[in-house]
Amino acid sequence: MMKIDCPFCGPRDEHEFKCGGQSHIQRPGPHTQVSDEDWAAYLHMRDNPRGWHFERWLHAGGCRQWMNLVRHTVTHDIAAVYAMNEPKPSITGEGQ
Amino acid sequence: MSQPFRLEQGGRVDRSRPLHFRFDGRPYIGFAGDTLASALLANGVRVTGRSFKYHRARGLFGAGFEEPNTLVQLETGARTEANLKATQIELYDGLVARSVNAWPSAKFDLMAVFRHFKPLMPSGFYYKTFIAPNWHWYEWLIRAAAGLGVSPRQPDPDRYDKQFRTAEVLIIGAGPAGLRAAIEQADAGHQVLLVDDQPEPGGCLLHQAQEIDGLPAQRWLDAQLSRLSAMDNVTLLPRCTAFGYYDHNEIQAVQLLPEGPVRQRLLHIRAGQVILATGAIERPLVFPNNDRPGILLAGAARRYLRQYGVLPGRRLVIATNNDSAYAVAHELRDAGAEVLAILDMRATSPAQAAAVAAGFEVRAGVAPTGTWGRPVLSRVRWHGVTEAGQARPQDTGEIACDGLLVSGGWNPTVHLLSQSGGGLRFDERLQAFVPNRSVQAECSVGAANGDFNEELAVAPLQAIDVSTLGETPNYSWVDLASDVTEGDIRLAAQENFSAVEHLKRYTTTGMMTDQGKTSNVNAIGVLAGLAGKPPGAVGTTKFRPPFNPVSFGALVGRQVGAFYRPLRRLPSDALQRQAGAVMEDYGGWARAACFLRDGEREEHAVVREVTTVRNGVGILDYSPLGKILVHGPDAGEFLNRIYVNNLRTLQVGKCRYGLMLNEHGIIIDDGIATRWDENTFQVGTTSGQAEHVTELLEEWLQCEWLDLDVIVEPVTTQWSTIMVAGPRSRAVLQRLGLDIDLSPAAFGHMEARQGHLGEVPVRIARVSFTGELGFEISVPWSFGASLWQRLLALGRPEGIIPFGIESLMVMRTEKGFLHVGSDTDGATMPQDVGFGPIMDRKSEDFVGRRSTITPEGRRSNRKQLVGLEALDTTVTLPVGGHVLSESSGPASKLSQGWVTSVANSPTLGRSVALALIEKGPQRHGETVRVYDNGRSVPARICAPGFYDPQGERLHVE
Repeated sequence: MMKIDCPFCGPRDEHEFKCGGQSHIQRPGPHTQVSDEDWAAYLHMRDNPRGWHFERWLHAGGCRQWMNLVRHTVTHDIAAVYAMNEPKPSITGEGQ
Repeated sequence: MSQPFRLEQGGRVDRSRPLHFRFDGRPYIGFAGDTLASALLANGVRVTGRSFKYHRARGLFGAGFEEPNTLVQLETGARTEANLKATQIELYDGLVARSVNAWPSAKFDLMAVFRHFKPLMPSGFYYKTFIAPNWHWYEWLIRAAAGLGVSPRQPDPDRYDKQFRTAEVLIIGAGPAGLRAAIEQADAGHQVLLVDDQPEPGGCLLHQAQEIDGLPAQRWLDAQLSRLSAMDNVTLLPRCTAFGYYDHNEIQAVQLLPEGPVRQRLLHIRAGQVILATGAIERPLVFPNNDRPGILLAGAARRYLRQYGVLPGRRLVIATNNDSAYAVAHELRDAGAEVLAILDMRATSPAQAAAVAAGFEVRAGVAPTGTWGRPVLSRVRWHGVTEAGQARPQDTGEIACDGLLVSGGWNPTVHLLSQSGGGLRFDERLQAFVPNRSVQAECSVGAANGDFNEELAVAPLQAIDVSTLGETPNYSWVDLASDVTEGDIRLAAQENFSAVEHLKRYTTTGMMTDQGKTSNVNAIGVLAGLAGKPPGAVGTTKFRPPFNPVSFGALVGRQVGAFYRPLRRLPSDALQRQAGAVMEDYGGWARAACFLRDGEREEHAVVREVTTVRNGVGILDYSPLGKILVHGPDAGEFLNRIYVNNLRTLQVGKCRYGLMLNEHGIIIDDGIATRWDENTFQVGTTSGQAEHVTELLEEWLQCEWLDLDVIVEPVTTQWSTIMVAGPRSRAVLQRLGLDIDLSPAAFGHMEARQGHLGEVPVRIARVSFTGELGFEISVPWSFGASLWQRLLALGRPEGIIPFGIESLMVMRTEKGFLHVGSDTDGATMPQDVGFGPIMDRKSEDFVGRRSTITPEGRRSNRKQLVGLEALDTTVTLPVGGHVLSESSGPASKLSQGWVTSVANSPTLGRSVALALIEKGPQRHGETVRVYDNGRSVPARICAPGFYDPQGERLHVE
C-alpha cells in the first residue's frame, strides 16, 4: 500500500484513494470534428511505461478531490503530486 | 508415566502448572510455557506427522516457524484450525489437536501405502501423468487424497480486529540485535514500535547461553528489558508476527491475543524506518533418509533443552558442517544426554580440537550417509567425505542412537527484506544469502544481516554425494514439507527446469505452508552444484508474503455476517416490516419486494398490489432514488454535456427524462432531471448508481471542464421520497394539506413544485414509472416515516396499500419502461432503446456521443429493445431465454438476442417481456421462438409498450 501525499489532506494511505488512470489526456471534440481513429485513440490508447507514469487519483475517502501524480511503475515511488490544472512537471532520474 | 524426556529442572516452563491436552486422541500433560511441540517431545511422541505426498512418518524437526513436519488440526467444530505448526501453538489446558494428512493417526497411518508409490511419482508427476482426457477428470480424486487439514464447517465464533498505526521506527524481532536497536533508537528520541512473534522478548537469548557485553544472556536481557520498560517512547508487542512488507514502508503483522476478547488483530503499520532484526534459520544437511523421526535441527534441539527443559533423545549423534553445533553438544551432555559422536564434514576447525579436549568423540571429514529405524531413528551410518562432499566407500561405520541433530549452517531470515524489494548476495564465508541492497527505508541488523556472534566456519553448501556408494539421491530430502528430494531436483534440472523459479514450480520445493524456510537454500545449493555455478549465480526465488500463514479471520476482521455489507434502511423500514413487507437487498438498500397479507404467497401479493395501484392507489418508499443537486451559472451547459437529452432548454418547474452514457456510448444510467431555478437542477439516478453518478459528475468537472462554474451536491439521503401511484393518487394527496395546487390545470405531468406541509418543506414531482397518474413527494429524511403513516391513513377511503419493488417492476414492464442494467447491457447504446430521434434533434456534443456514430454504433444489425408477448397465455416467457427465428436451416440455431425482463401481467392476463433483438424494431409482428433449457416458447415481437400505449392513464382527472 502506497502512501500518497494529498495536497489538501496531507499524507494518507492508498486505501483512501482511487486511481483514475493516465492523466493529461485531451478530450477531442466536438463529435462532428473527430475522426474514428482519433476517437479510438482517445478511448483506448494509453502509455504503458516501465518508469514514470503520469496519472490522476481521487481522494475518495477524504476530500474527494482529484489530483495528478507521477508514479514509478516499478518502484511505486511518487515524484510529484500536483493540481489538475497544472502542467506536466519534468521528472528526471530513475525511481529508487 | 509422564513426560519421560522432561528434565527435572531447567528451561522456562512452570512445572507447578501442569496442563492437560490431547493429541491424536491420546491424553498427555505438559507445563505452562510449553508449546504443543515441546510438550509432545517431553512426552516421547516421536512420530508427529505424515509427509505431504508419500505419507512418510515424520517427527519434530524445528522448534519455531521453520517447522516443516508437524502440522496439526487444532481444536474441533467451529473453532477448528487447519495446518498450524505445533511449534507455534502455545500449550493451554484442554487443548485438542490431531495430526493432519494421516488417518487414523500419525503413528498408524493407513495412507502410508503411498510411500510405496514414491518411485512412480517423479518431479512434474502431475504434469506428466494426468493428461488424458484432462486434468479436471482427476482433480477431485487427487484433491481428496492430497489435502492436509480441513476447514471448519461452521462460522468462526471468535472476533478479529484490524488496527492502523504508525511508528517512527519499527523494529521486527526482539532478540539481542532488536533490543539493542530499540534502546539506541529510543535513546535518540524516536517513537519505537518493537514487534516479536514470541510470548516473551529475548529471541535466541531465551535458549542460548552465550555471554553478551560481558554479561550472562539472562542478566543482559533483564537489564535491557527494564531499561525499555522505563521508556515511554517504546511499545513492545509480543506474539506479533510481521508477515508482509509492502510499498512505502507499510508492514502488516498479526498479533495473537490469547486473553481476548479479540482473538487476533491485523496491524497495518506505516513506519518511517524499519529495522529487521529477524535472526537466522538453521539449514539441514542433505543425505539419504534424513527425514526420519528423531532427526532434528541442532539449534531446535538446543531450544527444546534450554527453553522447555526437554531432551530430544538420550543417545545422540550430532552431524554438522559448522561450529555452531558444538555448543549444543556441550549443553546436552551437561543436561545428562549421551553424545555418542560429533560427525563433522570439515577436516579441521578450532571447535573440533576444543571438543576433543573436552572428551567428545569427534569424527572430522565425516558425514551421515544413511539412517535406519521403524520408523523412529535407531541407527546412523557415516562415511568419510571428500571436500566436495563425496562419500568414500571404505571409510564407514554405524552408530546406534535415538537422536540425530543436524546443522548445515545458518540462513539470515531475509524474507521481509526481499519482500521490500531489497537485494541479496551470496556470502562465501556464511555460505548463505545476506542482505545486499535496500530499496525502502530499512536496514537489517544482527543475524538477519549475517552478523553472528561466533565464527561459524561453514563448509560449502552441498548435498552429501552417495553416488560413489552406488546409491541414489532419491531419498535425500531437501524439502520435508512438500516431499522433494535431491533426486527430484536433479530430474527437474535434467528436464531443463533449471531456472530457480521454474524448479520451484516443477518440483513444488518451497511451496508448502513453511514456504521453504529450511529447504530453499539447500535446493539452490543442489541446483548450483548441477549447473556448475556458484549459488549466488543461481539466485533465490522471490520471497512473497505472508512470511507465516495468516488466518482468514484476521484478514477479514469485523467484516463478517451482517457487517460484511451493512444494508441501508429506509425511513419507513420498521413501518413496512409491520405491514408485512418481504425485505430484500436492492442495491444495498433493504426494500420491500412486496407486502404479504395473511396466508398470501408472493406472486399473489404482486397481483393484488398491481391491480390495486392500477385501479386505486398505492405508495412505495422511493427514498433510495439518487438525488443530486447541480448548482451554478453553468449548470445547464454542464448537464447538456452529460445527458443525451437536451437539458439546457428545460424550463423552470419542469422535469425531463435523461439518459446518461459513458464515453463508449454505452447507457450507464437514467433518471428524471428537474430544474428548480435558472441555476439549479436536481438530477435523479437509479438507486444503485447514486454514488457512482455523483463521482462521475465530479470527475468531469474537476478533470475535464475546469472552466465550468458548477457545484455538485448529493442529497439522496437528505430527502425521503414516497411514490404515490394510481388514479386515486391526487385525491389522497389533496387531503394532505399542502400549499401546492395539485389540480390537473395547475400541475401538469412532468412538472415539479416546491412547497410546505405545515412547517415542513416539501418537493413534489408529477412523474410516473407505473404508467398511472403518479407523484413523488419528498420531505426531509427525518419526516419520511410520518409522511408514510399519514398517507396510509388519509388514503383509507381509497383503499390505499403499500406496494413493493416487484410490483413496480411488473408495472413498468407492462408499460415497456426501460430498466437500465436489466434491459441494457455493456453494448447497449441510445439508438438501441429508441433514443435515435432525440439524439438527432440535439446538435451539441455530449459524453459518449462520438461513440454512437462509429461503424459499431451504426451497424445495422444491432440488438435493439422490443416487446415480446407469449402466444400461449398460459406460459411464462423465460428471462435470459434466447430469441431464435422461426425459419428452418442452420441460421435458425443462432441466437438473435435475448429476453431482458418478464412480467406475468395481471392487467393483460399473459406473460409479456422486453427483449434485445437484432433489428428488432423492424420486425414488429414477427413470430419467434424463445429458447431456454431445451424448451422453446413461441412469442410475437411488438412495440415495447403493452399497457396504455397512448399514455392516457397519466392524465386521469
